[in-house]
Order: sequence, then C-alpha cells, then structure tokens
Amino acid sequence: MQDHILSIVTFAPLLGALIILLIRGDSEEAVAKNSRWVALWVSGVTFAVSLLLWTNFERGTAEFQFVEEVEWMPSLGLSYRMGVDGISVLFVLLSTLLTPICIISSWGAVNKRVKEYMVSFLILETMMVGMFCALDIVVFYIFFEGVLIPMFLIIGVWGGARRVYAAFKLFLYTLAGSVLMLVAILAMYSFAGTTDITTLMTTTFPSEMQKWLWIAFFASFAVKVPMWPVHTWLPDAHVEAPTAGSVILAGVLLKMGAYGFLRFSLPMMPEASVYFTPLVYTLSVVAVIYTSLVALAQEDMKKLIAYSSVAHMGYVTIGIFAANQQGIEGAIYQMLSHGVVSAALFLCVGVVYDRMHTRMIAAYGGVVDKMPVYALMFMVFMLASVGLPGTGGFVGEFLVLVGAFKANTLVAALAATGMVLGAAYMLYLYRKVIFGKLEKDDVKALLDLNWREKAVFAPLIVLTLWMGIYPPSFLDIMSASVSNLITNYETAIAASNAAPMFAQVFGQ
Amino acid sequence: MENFIVFLPLLGSFIAGLFGKWIGDRGAQVLTTGLLLVSAVLSFVVFFDVAIDGNARVTPLFTWINSGDFQLSWALKVDTLTAVMLIVVTVVSSMVHLYSIGYMSEDKSITRFFSYLSLFTFFMLMLVTSDNLVQMFFGWEGVGLASYLLIGFWYEKASACSAAMKAFLVNRVADIGFALGIMGVFVLFGSVNFAEIFPQAEGLSTAQFTFLGYEGHALTIICLLLFIGAMGKSAQLGLHTWLPDAMEGPTPVSALIHAATMVTAGIFMLCRFSPVFEYAPAALEVVTYVGAGTAFFAATIGLTQFDIKRVIAYSTCSQLGYMFFAIGVSAYGGAIFHLMTHAFFKALLFLGAGSVIHAMHHEQDMRKMGGIWKMIPATYLLMWIGSIALAGIPPLSGYFSKDLILEAAYADHSTQGMFAFWAGTAAAFMTAFYSWRLLIMTFHGDPRADEHTMKGVHESPMVMMIPLLVLGVGALFAGWLGYNYFVGDLKETFWGDSLLVLAANDTVEAAHHVPTWVKLVPLIAAISGIVLAYVFYMFVPSLPATFVSIIKPIHTFVYRKWMFDELYDFLFVRPAVKIGRFLWKSGDGAVIDAYGPDGVSSLTRTLAGKASRLQSGYVYHYAFAMLIGVVALITWYIVSNAG
Repeated sequence: MQDHILSIVTFAPLLGALIILLIRGDSEEAVAKNSRWVALWVSGVTFAVSLLLWTNFERGTAEFQFVEEVEWMPSLGLSYRMGVDGISVLFVLLSTLLTPICIISSWGAVNKRVKEYMVSFLILETMMVGMFCALDIVVFYIFFEGVLIPMFLIIGVWGGARRVYAAFKLFLYTLAGSVLMLVAILAMYSFAGTTDITTLMTTTFPSEMQKWLWIAFFASFAVKVPMWPVHTWLPDAHVEAPTAGSVILAGVLLKMGAYGFLRFSLPMMPEASVYFTPLVYTLSVVAVIYTSLVALAQEDMKKLIAYSSVAHMGYVTIGIFAANQQGIEGAIYQMLSHGVVSAALFLCVGVVYDRMHTRMIAAYGGVVDKMPVYALMFMVFMLASVGLPGTGGFVGEFLVLVGAFKANTLVAALAATGMVLGAAYMLYLYRKVIFGKLEKDDVKALLDLNWREKAVFAPLIVLTLWMGIYPPSFLDIMSASVSNLITNYETAIAASNAAPMFAQVFGQ
Repeated sequence: MENFIVFLPLLGSFIAGLFGKWIGDRGAQVLTTGLLLVSAVLSFVVFFDVAIDGNARVTPLFTWINSGDFQLSWALKVDTLTAVMLIVVTVVSSMVHLYSIGYMSEDKSITRFFSYLSLFTFFMLMLVTSDNLVQMFFGWEGVGLASYLLIGFWYEKASACSAAMKAFLVNRVADIGFALGIMGVFVLFGSVNFAEIFPQAEGLSTAQFTFLGYEGHALTIICLLLFIGAMGKSAQLGLHTWLPDAMEGPTPVSALIHAATMVTAGIFMLCRFSPVFEYAPAALEVVTYVGAGTAFFAATIGLTQFDIKRVIAYSTCSQLGYMFFAIGVSAYGGAIFHLMTHAFFKALLFLGAGSVIHAMHHEQDMRKMGGIWKMIPATYLLMWIGSIALAGIPPLSGYFSKDLILEAAYADHSTQGMFAFWAGTAAAFMTAFYSWRLLIMTFHGDPRADEHTMKGVHESPMVMMIPLLVLGVGALFAGWLGYNYFVGDLKETFWGDSLLVLAANDTVEAAHHVPTWVKLVPLIAAISGIVLAYVFYMFVPSLPATFVSIIKPIHTFVYRKWMFDELYDFLFVRPAVKIGRFLWKSGDGAVIDAYGPDGVSSLTRTLAGKASRLQSGYVYHYAFAMLIGVVALITWYIVSNAG
C-alpha cells in the first residue's frame, strides 16, 4: 500500500463515485440515504489512509516522496508521475479532511439529486488530490482544469437563484487563463523535451521566454487565487454555491493558484518572478486594502466572507513573492489555516442559513441568546480570521508580514493595514449577527447546534488552535522543501545576474 | 511555581466558561476567585524569591514558531520587573473577582463574566512573563480580546457593542506599529528573544535602517514603532479615544482592565525595552512629549465630565501620561513605581465608584447624586483615601511615586523634561480639583436623586467591602513601603538586570537632589486644586456655571473631549464604509465586471444568438475546451517527436 498510497488517496473517491452511481433503490429516499453513507465512508476511509502521508512523511528532506511512475505514452515521454514534497503534502491532507466534513454538512441541507451531488463531491476530491500530487505537467493540467467541472455542476445545479450567472462568470474567467497556460505548457515541452515537473524545475529557460511563460501561467493562477482585479467571480460563486461548495471553494480551490506559483512560477521562471514581483506586490496590496474595504460594505454574510478570502489570499501572494523562508512558509501556513478557518466560517453561515434561509446580516441579531455554543464556535473562527495570536490565522499572517518586511518595508506596512480592516469587518459581522438585542421572531425560534453540526466543527476548532499554539507540527514538514526552493531560486537569480557579466568579460 | 500563577486562571476560565452549566453560578464564582487567590499568594512567594533574593529565571515551555531563523518558544520569564507586575495583576484581579461576586450577583450570565475575567488575567500574565516579543504580542492581543469581550459584556446594549468594537479596532491600529516594530527588531537584531536582543543594543546604537524609503537611526525607528503600540494599549494622546467609551463595561472590569492592569501594558513594554530605548534618545524625547501632553490633556477633560466613571477614566489616561514621561526621562523605576501605586488607588476609586453606583441603582451621572455620604460612610472614607493618594498628598502612596516622577523630569535638565515637569504640575493641580469635584458632587450637597433611589441607598455587602479595604491598605502604604526598593537606595539591587539606565540618564538618582521648590510646587498645586474645588462646589455652588459661561467656547471644546471622536469619525470611520461601498458598486460592479465577464458574456450572447442553452452548455463548453486542449497537446507531441 505504501508504494501506491498517492494513487489510492487520489482514486479511491473516484471508485466511491462509481459505486454510488450503481446504487439502485425503491425510493429516492433510500437512494439518497445510501449515497450519503457511501460517500461518507469512502471519504472517511480516504482521509484515514491519507493520514499515512502525515505519519510516514520524512521530515527534513526536500525530495519528492511516495513517488509513483507509470509510463503512459512512452513515445512522447509522457508518464503518470505522482509524488509529494513538503509544499504539497499538507494540501493533500487539507483536501481529504474537508471532503468528509462537506459531506456531513450537506447531510440534511441537500435533498434533491443527492446521488449526483455525492458523486460530484467525490470526483472533486479526486481532482483536487491529483492536482496536488501530480509530478507531470500534463497530468497536473488535466487535474487542475478538471477540478472545475464538478465545481461548475455543484454551483450550477445545487446553487442559489443566480447560479447560472455565477457559474458562467467563473467559466469566463478561467477559460482565458487555461488556454494561455496550455500554450505555455506546450512551449515548455518543446524547449525542454519533457513534461516531468522535477526535470523542468532544474531546466533554465531563457530570460525572455521566462517572461512569456510567467505571464501565461499568471493568467491562469491569478484567477484561481483570486488576485485583484480578477476576483469578481469569487463573491458570486460563493453566494450562489451551496454551503459545502463554498467550503471546498474557499478551503481548497483558492489554494490552487498559489500552489501553482510555488510549483511552477518560482522554481521554473525565477528571473521572470523577480521581474514581476513588483506587479504581484501591487496587486496583492490593492487586494488586501480594496477587498477589505469592500467587505466592510457588504450586507450578505457569505459575500463578506468571500471578500475577506480575497484579502487573505493577498497576504499569500505577498509571502510567496517575498521569496524568503518566513514569507513562503507563512504563505503556505496562511493557505492551510485559511483553508480551515474560511471553511469553518462558511459552515457557520450554513448553520444559520439552514435554519432561517437568509444570508442577510440584517435578518439576524441576538443569536447568542438562542445559540450560545454556536456563538462560541463562530467567535473562535472569527478571531482566527482576524489573526489573533494563538489561532492558526496569526502564524501565517505574521510570518508573511515578517517575510515581506525583510523584502520591502512599504509592502509590509501597507499589508499590515489589513490587520485593522480585517478586524473591522469581522467584528462588524459578529456584532450584527450574534450580539445585539434579540428582537426578531424567527431568530427567537432558533435552535442551537445539533450533534452532527458539533461533529463538523470539533475537528476544525482543534486544528485552528493546534495550528496557533504548536505550529512546528506543520512548519517542520514544509521547512526543508521551502528552503530548497529558496536556495534554487536564489542560485538561479545569481547565475542570471552573473551571466551578462561573463558575456561582457569573455565576449570581448 | 510561575506555571501555576499563569495557568491556574486559564484553568478557572476554561471550567467556568465551558462547564458553567454543571458547576453553577456559585461554583464558577468560588472556583475562579479561589484559583486567583492561590495565584496571588504564589505571586508573593515568587516576588520574594526573585526580587528580594535575586533569583531571576526563565522557564521554557515548548517551541512556538520555528521558521528559518525566526525562532521562538513559549516561555515564562520572571525577573524583578515581571515579579512586580505579577503582584499587581494577581492582587487586583483576585480582589476584583471577589468584588464581582457581590457586584454582579443579579446578572444573568455570571459564569460567563467570571470566565472572561480569569481569561483576561491569564493573557495579562502571559504578557508580563514573556521572554520574547511575539509571546508579548500574544498576551497583548489576548488582553485586547478579553477587554473587547468584557466591554461588550452586556451585548444587548448597542452602545456597549460599539464601545467594544472601538476598543478593539483602535488598539489594532496601534498594533500595526507594534507588529512592524517586532519585524524591525527581527530584521535588525536577527531575533525576537529578549536574551538575544538586549546585549546587542549598544553595538547597534549607530546602525541605520531604511523604513518606508526613509533612512534613519535604526533603534529610534524601532522604538517609535513599539511606542505606537504602547500608545494604543495605554490610551495615549491620539489613540486614547477608546478608553472613556470602554466604561460601558461593568465597573469591576473598568477597575481591573482599564485602570490597574491592561492599560499599563504599554508602560511595561517600554520598561522591558529599556535596554534598547536607552540608546534611542530621540525616541525617548517623543515619549516624554506624548506622555506629558496626555497627562495635561486628559486632566482638562476630566475637569468637565459628569459621568463618575468617565472622570476616573480620564484620570487614568492622565496618570498613564505621567508614567510615560517618566520613561521618557529614563526614570523607568519611577514609572513602574507609579504603575503599582496607581493600580491600587485607581482600582480602589473605580470599585468605590462601583459601590456608589450599586447603591444608587446604577446611576452614573454625578449631577443626580449628592448628599449620600452619611448613608455609605465606609465607601465615602475609602473614596477619600483613593483621592488623597491620587492627588499626591503625603503620606499616601501617590505622593511618593508622582512627586518622584515630577522631580525626575525636572532633573533631566532638558527642554522636554521641563515641559513634562510643568505639564505634570498643571495636571496635578487639575487632578486634585476634579477628584474633589467628584467627591463633593457625589457625596455632599443636597440629594439630587429621586426619592425612590435615595431610600434604597445602602452600603455594599462585605464581599464588596473587603476588596475595597485591601486596596485601601495598598493605597495607604504601598508608597512608603516600596520607595526604597523602587527608587531609593536599594534600587540597584532590587531591579538587577531587569531595567537598564545609562549612568548619564539616571534621573531617579538626580531626583533626590533637586531644589526644594521643585519638591514643593506639585504639592502646592495639589492643595490649591483641592481648595478651589471646595470653593467651586461647596462654598459658592453658583461659581461653576458662571465660570463656564465666561469661557464657553473653550469649555465646549474640552467637554466634547477635544473633538477627537468627531474628527476620527469624519476622517476614517465614515469614509471607510463609503469607500468600501463605492469600490464594491463602482469598482467591482461598474468597471471590472462590466468590461470583464459581463461584457464578454453579453458579447457571446449576442454572437450565440440565444442564451437559452447556456445552463447546460457551459459545462459542456468547458469540458470541450479542455478536450481540445488535450488533443492539441498530444498533437504537439506527435508532431514534435516526428519532427
């Protein structure tokens, strides 16, 4: 099992999806029930198996681990290659953790086409995990783009009133990016003669070519992050998506773009990355300030949290392009903690949405009187989102700022304003929903969390605090890979700076 | 030992908060208060061990963050500075716990209240025992959180919710400074651990540092950034606006958090950083001006307010200003000395005010009080003790610490020192005036409350009076008990390595040799303040109104708190929401979407004719596009391999 663990984790959900497709029953009710249980079992077992990655992952080395390689089209040099390093392994775990949570949270909330819904989620899991494990750029591309198909379905079929518009917007944004990325992949293949990611990482592309490649990849990744100004699909997608869809969207899908920067842009196009760093800084700082201000003006809870995600991802891109140990580790950490915290926040919205069928902030007030346990949970996640020390949100945000400060104090200072703005909109949300006088009749009728909802939140609370109090568990896994990435990055830049000088000296 | 001091309150908070239903109100009260009392007793043991016997130490717990060379651990550091803070925090906190058993007895969420109080205490203790900047930041934000929760304790009240948010956000603004300061320290010193920072300070005293494109003296930049953080938490000029509003919280909270402990965190931080500040004279100069300015400015507002708690709140703000300018003239020992005495007498005043409010059916407006001193004589007496201590009349505690600070400011022989001395003396006059204004308006004259209230005026129960007595003892004796250790002959051995004062800056020593008139002026100012208060409010009660009408514009300006709230509201609060709405509707909606996806989509719709099949079409389109991609890729392989 050890040899094929990544394939097992990747394709077990797909197998589960097939099983669900075969379910037949007398009533729709029975089919729905069986589909739910199968989906839960499959995703649960997948998560359990993926924990082996955690226990067996060798800390302290930057090598890819659990590597699998099967020739696919040998004449083309195309292989099915899988493997994880310190940068990707935790994202695999994040994906396998959030999927069962999504399935439990949809238990009572989704009642139509349950079978198809569960199938979509399991396929989604396969795509996500495969994307983080892929070591062949074509395999990566297939998973990377494939993720969006089940996501479209989830938004388009089980979404809210404007689901078509939201899905369409997402489609338009991603389409342009994917085409460009595909062209870039072709160009890389034609230059390097391989699609193996590890080989491509050691390939030095010519400076001019790097810039074009970088832009092409950027077009795709920036949409996924999302960076300002290509972020406007996100609030709509979140608002229209069902709760579990938002959880996966915020929890995992937003990390794909940033992961792409770490896997491709920085190692394969180091010179171009340096060249475009000011651009990334600018867009990120604008994202932090702009979207935080926009979040302040929101009336819809989900929209508010969606905009906050854009701001938080702004920190991530700053950290990545600060390109030092604290910056990149902070960025990865921020992604992981945001994966947990924003997922939990969307679940929090889902809890009251299931009861009141509205996401309008103004419809609530005084919820704490009726739902004290819920209020406490919400408080913990709200504080984690604000970046309070002791929660997972702090470590990532602070490390990113430290990294940014090393690279550019102005960027750090501007990004730090997010500390205030982020607190402002989250406290505003909490105050309007949870605090205040209990006056509205339908709020008075609310019931506190049931056992299933508590079961959903419990692991997320534990993780949030664990990530805040004992980060070495996670930092130790990523540190070797990150420092290797930085060493290679700096070597490549030094070499490229030296090259023209050699040319000057020896050319004459 | 210090593990217990720090973590017992956390345990209490945890149990009271999560299992309150099972242990009940009484259980939560007894548990949290009991654990705090144990902490307080242990703090004395630690104090004698560390401060008197000189056994300063660091107890590491476990690694917190290890990212490259950014390394730090959870640890408990106890030296004399910490030991003093441990005593102040645990004594005041345990007394406030005890007092709250009586004061909050009719509240509907008692377990929650005690859980918050203990949680606050835990964070405060983590703050003072930190051995690195990031753990200090942890405690710093943690007390901010607890303060937020306690100010907004009565969450049904809109004003309480607003005040809580304001406190959190204003502090966060300042925390940007603190956070950037930490980063600056890390970049400059290569570490955030005190043990590695302080020995390097002297060597780096000439280092330059570029911040926001401006190159300047590195230590000055860092110290100023840290000071911005301190200004927020300690409510200094410009970042003070949250403190008066924080009075929305229950009165014991005001005593604990907004008088004795949390607001002094800024003082503590700067004293902790004395080994760095000593090499940044320009930063110290700024600290002096800000501190002295606050001492003066807050006192003027205190003269005009009518809410009993707000008067004391502005007084706190003003007294914190004294502590800051003490730091500014390198009189760190004096600042901590005043911090300690102030903690006792200000907590006493707040709890005394709470006792009055309790007696008057939750009335806080002094215009509706009066004529009650015979009905609550014990409270009255204790308020007198607190006021005498605050005004700095010998031999009560405030006299020792406040006079020393003023003398040290004079002994600094610098422009900023003289400014601080005179501003502080003026503030001393005003302090005495508003203290006696408070006493007279609250307790003397004709009763101005309605009959029903007056009938119900009663002395508070024992559980509230005992804490008042304990704090009263502190207010009476802490000054002369501590004098020799904190600022007198024993100060070198007492402080040990926990404070650093360069020989040239030793104003505490010089303060003992100032001319006699310097020692007398503050005292004369205080006494004349008291006399004037009697004239204004007891002997010629029509005088205040006449006086106010003469200086109407100035009075309005001061009464409305120098218009800071209006200014900030105009400059930041309203624009933020407006800009947010504008960016959302116009930026995201009218520009990005209109020219981006919506534009493209309307274009495609026109091209495709009907959008009717879009719903099923887009997934299909997408899958198709992907397929084309894969086909193109494979074609490329084949072509390039063939070629």
